[in-house]
Amino acid sequence: MNTASNRLSRVIQNGLLAIYAIFALFPLIWMIILSFKSDAQMYNTTFIFTPTLANYKAVLFESDYLTYMLDSLIVSGGAVVVSVVAGVPAAYALARYNFKKKEDIAFQILSFKFAPEILVVLPLFMIYQKLHIYDTYFGLIWVYQLISMPLLIWVVRGYFEDISVEIEYAAQVDGYNWYQIFFKNLIPLIKPGLVSAALLAFIFAWNSFTFPLMLGGTNIQPITVAITKFLGTDSAHYGQLAVASAISALPAIIFALCIQKHLVRGLSFGAVKG
Amino acid sequence: MKEQNVNSTATSELNVVPFKTRVLPYLIVAPALIITIGIMIPFIMAIYFSLTNYSFRMPKYNFIGLQNWINILTSSVFWKAVWVTLRYAFFSTVIEMGLGMGIAILLNNLNNKFSKIMRVALIFPLMVAPITATTVWQLMLNNSVGILEKFLNIFGIYNFPWAASPSTAMMTVVMIDVWINTSFCMLLVLAGLQSLPKSPFESAKIDGGSTMFNFRNLTLPMLKPSLYIALLFRLMAALQEYAIIFALTQGGPGDTLMNLSLTAYQNGFQFQKFGFALPYILVLWLFINIVAKQIVKRQRAAQKQAAGLEE
Repeated sequence: MNTASNRLSRVIQNGLLAIYAIFALFPLIWMIILSFKSDAQMYNTTFIFTPTLANYKAVLFESDYLTYMLDSLIVSGGAVVVSVVAGVPAAYALARYNFKKKEDIAFQILSFKFAPEILVVLPLFMIYQKLHIYDTYFGLIWVYQLISMPLLIWVVRGYFEDISVEIEYAAQVDGYNWYQIFFKNLIPLIKPGLVSAALLAFIFAWNSFTFPLMLGGTNIQPITVAITKFLGTDSAHYGQLAVASAISALPAIIFALCIQKHLVRGLSFGAVKG
Repeated sequence: MKEQNVNSTATSELNVVPFKTRVLPYLIVAPALIITIGIMIPFIMAIYFSLTNYSFRMPKYNFIGLQNWINILTSSVFWKAVWVTLRYAFFSTVIEMGLGMGIAILLNNLNNKFSKIMRVALIFPLMVAPITATTVWQLMLNNSVGILEKFLNIFGIYNFPWAASPSTAMMTVVMIDVWINTSFCMLLVLAGLQSLPKSPFESAKIDGGSTMFNFRNLTLPMLKPSLYIALLFRLMAALQEYAIIFALTQGGPGDTLMNLSLTAYQNGFQFQKFGFALPYILVLWLFINIVAKQIVKRQRAAQKQAAGLEE
């Protein structure tokens, strides 16, 4: 009796999970299917059709898609590099030292995460035009710090806090100076955490839409902004739209697979140590 | 408490040269702070310009006091936007939290090969850019090539309007938000479930507590800190959602989906009434701050309570 009801409950649980899995994964599968369909087959076929690479060819070689990808790469990559260089030392200081206003500073940095993007963008639009950094890599990398810096500082701070201070003390006794300790002892210890935080920051930057939409223009168009143009003008070419979506989603998904173990910690800014 | 101790020992041991240690932390934090504070300036400017009639079209502007604020707070557009913002945030957050928790419990219970694959695969929607996700959903919702139309045809439903009709538009954007973000809640709850200590459950087993009793009195209180974190992140994001709605309908049909973010964007960029756009978003900022503080406070209390249960 008990085992029978147990088995039934297992079947139901697997079933429920399967239903959710279809909801969660089907749109992505559908996107892949459409990307291989020719425009002619789009309307009269569902799952059975002759696949074609024409959409991929059109998007990759006959449009500016690769330039958009490159813009995304430069802006997101640049943002992460700046955040790592400035953020890791800050994270160390916030983890190790006690100083006045420490928690205030930490929370100030975190609060950017929760500030409405439009609120930041409206005045920045004005400032950027006055400073002539509107629609430049520099301007976008700067504003992207609002995405990558809080994440990096809060997550990396947690990893520093996990390292016992005894290690630093022992190295100090051995005669190493602060820089040697920092780069030779501490950085290797937090490296997995640091790399995953940086990759997650990259994903967020790669996916951001509001900032580049309003602070980028004709010169710099990351893929998220460019995709709305595929949507607007080429509405008949659904296959190309699917290709554009699929390729833009690929880097984020690959990176996410690499940092699975650290994902929860990164996503919760170090609050949940999964 | 433990962390506090670690920090204070850290200070005393690194306190060899007093002056250096006093200034060093600030020096180290400075670059990060300067970069982010540069971005802080807009907040202060936003408050000032909300008191002017600044427009991108005109070279000059005047200080007009609270005129913008009064005009906005007494207009029906504003209250409609507040209502849309709250409804969107409420529905998407509640569904994501509930569904995310349910899926996390399933994954935790099953622990078979299927669930192990799903643990990885279900995070894919979260990693896709919201704008891309919305594009993919548009491909599915489309009445001529969309798969959902074909699916509904089986049940005799034709030309379901989705985002095109005021009565189903909210449901459609919430569905897309749920598709993207449920796995965020799922991941946090699952991490919480897997870090639950074993001993309280073993003693509850000896005492013969029912599954429901254990869930209410042990699992839930110990999960609460993770749940509050999930709630904090999701609610804050949902209150200011912009990308999904913009990509799907630009706030339409009509003003059905015009939340505070979109209304501010429309006034600022499309109508170029910069000063007039700001109060909308400043109100949202204030509200978000108040709500966030409340959730953080509760999260800390829950953490203390959970720590007590573990002993």
